[in-house]
Amino acid sequence: MHPSCQLCHEQPATVHLTNILDGGEKRERHLCEACAEKEGVLPKPVNVMAQLTAFVQSGKSPEQQVAGLTCPQCKLTFVEFRNKGVLGCPADYDAFAKALNPLIERAHQGASHHVGKTPRRHGAARCTDGDLIRLRRELTRAVDDERFEDAAQIRDTIRSLETP
Amino acid sequence: MTINQIMSKPGCWLGAGGPLSDIVISSRIRLARNVNGFPFLSRATHTQRSELAGFLKERLESSSFRPEFTYIDVDSLDELGCQVLVERHLVSRQLVEAKGARGVSVSENQNTVVMVNEEDHLRMHVVRAGMQLDEIWSAIDKLDDAIESQVDYAFHPRYGYLTACPTNVGTGIRVSVMLHLPALKLTGEIERVLRAAKDMNLAVRGLFGEGTEATGDFFQVSNQVTLGRAEKEIVSEFRSTIVPRIVDYERMARQALLDEKSRALDDRIYRSYGTLRHARTISSEETLLHLSHIRLGVHIGRIKDIPIEVLNELFLETQPAHLQNAHGGKLTGEQRSAARADLIRRKLGCA
Repeated sequence: MHPSCQLCHEQPATVHLTNILDGGEKRERHLCEACAEKEGVLPKPVNVMAQLTAFVQSGKSPEQQVAGLTCPQCKLTFVEFRNKGVLGCPADYDAFAKALNPLIERAHQGASHHVGKTPRRHGAARCTDGDLIRLRRELTRAVDDERFEDAAQIRDTIRSLETP
Repeated sequence: MTINQIMSKPGCWLGAGGPLSDIVISSRIRLARNVNGFPFLSRATHTQRSELAGFLKERLESSSFRPEFTYIDVDSLDELGCQVLVERHLVSRQLVEAKGARGVSVSENQNTVVMVNEEDHLRMHVVRAGMQLDEIWSAIDKLDDAIESQVDYAFHPRYGYLTACPTNVGTGIRVSVMLHLPALKLTGEIERVLRAAKDMNLAVRGLFGEGTEATGDFFQVSNQVTLGRAEKEIVSEFRSTIVPRIVDYERMARQALLDEKSRALDDRIYRSYGTLRHARTISSEETLLHLSHIRLGVHIGRIKDIPIEVLNELFLETQPAHLQNAHGGKLTGEQRSAARADLIRRKLGCA
């Protein structure tokens, strides 16, 4: 049996709120749905139609929005990935997350998160930090343009980042 | 270690031993890893590829690794050398066909292999004869730790080890077993078994893995899901469910053939035996078929004068690149068929 609503004391309380006050003190409230609505503590229902309209007006289909994704590090576009089936750099996983997640889940029986071994070195978590990738691209460009002083400087920065 | 030194030994995983080795020829685990801070290979420049290969070669060769590795530079290997490595299952066709700096580190006993610059920066695998997945996992886990102590891996808190193809992301693991299923093939029940395997989200491939069709009596069964399941869980499912189940089916099919069709079965085994002992020219496909029947004959006690080791060596040495390497140069298809038949008769002691 549910305790009854703290406001009307008639209906069973089905909405349970915990407010944490400034001093860290917790205040619990137990309300029925009608009273909760009057109090304005229920989340507003989502207006699907309005969202759809906004979306249509934006003029881009989901396909188009996804197709426009480009990795800031390696400059691979999502379309290029779809054509080739391989990604360009570790940062693509974040850059394409929205489009990639459904594909990943389909390939892995609905799984979306890694379970299992993790590297002992915490440094490995820096993988999404694309500094090294960006610097290496700049290094190649500097060498191609025969800007050797720049290249030397970039190379030193890369070395300093690589040393743990 | 040179190609010729590799050729002089069959590789321990082709030994006769190992649990369930009447049906499980070998078991293998592969891990895919990438180096943090480099693009994946499809976006790597020529210079970056060389840099990666140099960096990884140096670390793999460093003395802290046991077993000791020898690095073979695939880019400077001739076509025949590459083909020998593929036939030995030391490297994939993809590595051989790729361009630019790439290579493979092979352990002394050829059980442990690390490919550099294949689809991912690193693809390591450990293989053993028979069903030994637990031992393999423990070995490859240590190898992975040893490499990781010197190489910063691309890892993501959500997606795990990041791989060039999202189908490998997470653990980057592929557990696979090479199975010899001649009785299921003869009784026609193989289709049902393969369908069941596919329903369990397993991939079934031919002798050479990815991109090869499951023809003949040899099947490679491997996991496809790499995200959301721990390595040990996948290994344990192979050990306690998948492999024992398929092995049981094959054993039942063998018994059924012995009970109900023993003359037809014997006929097949002895015809294969006769063919290999007397043929003067033979294709690799036909060789594979007869070797498979003879292998079955040995395991059900019909053929007693051929050790399994000899059959395993024949599987390896009758392949095109191995024949040509032994000959010391290119052979036409016709010459290979003759050389193959001669080699088989010699090995079976009836030259």
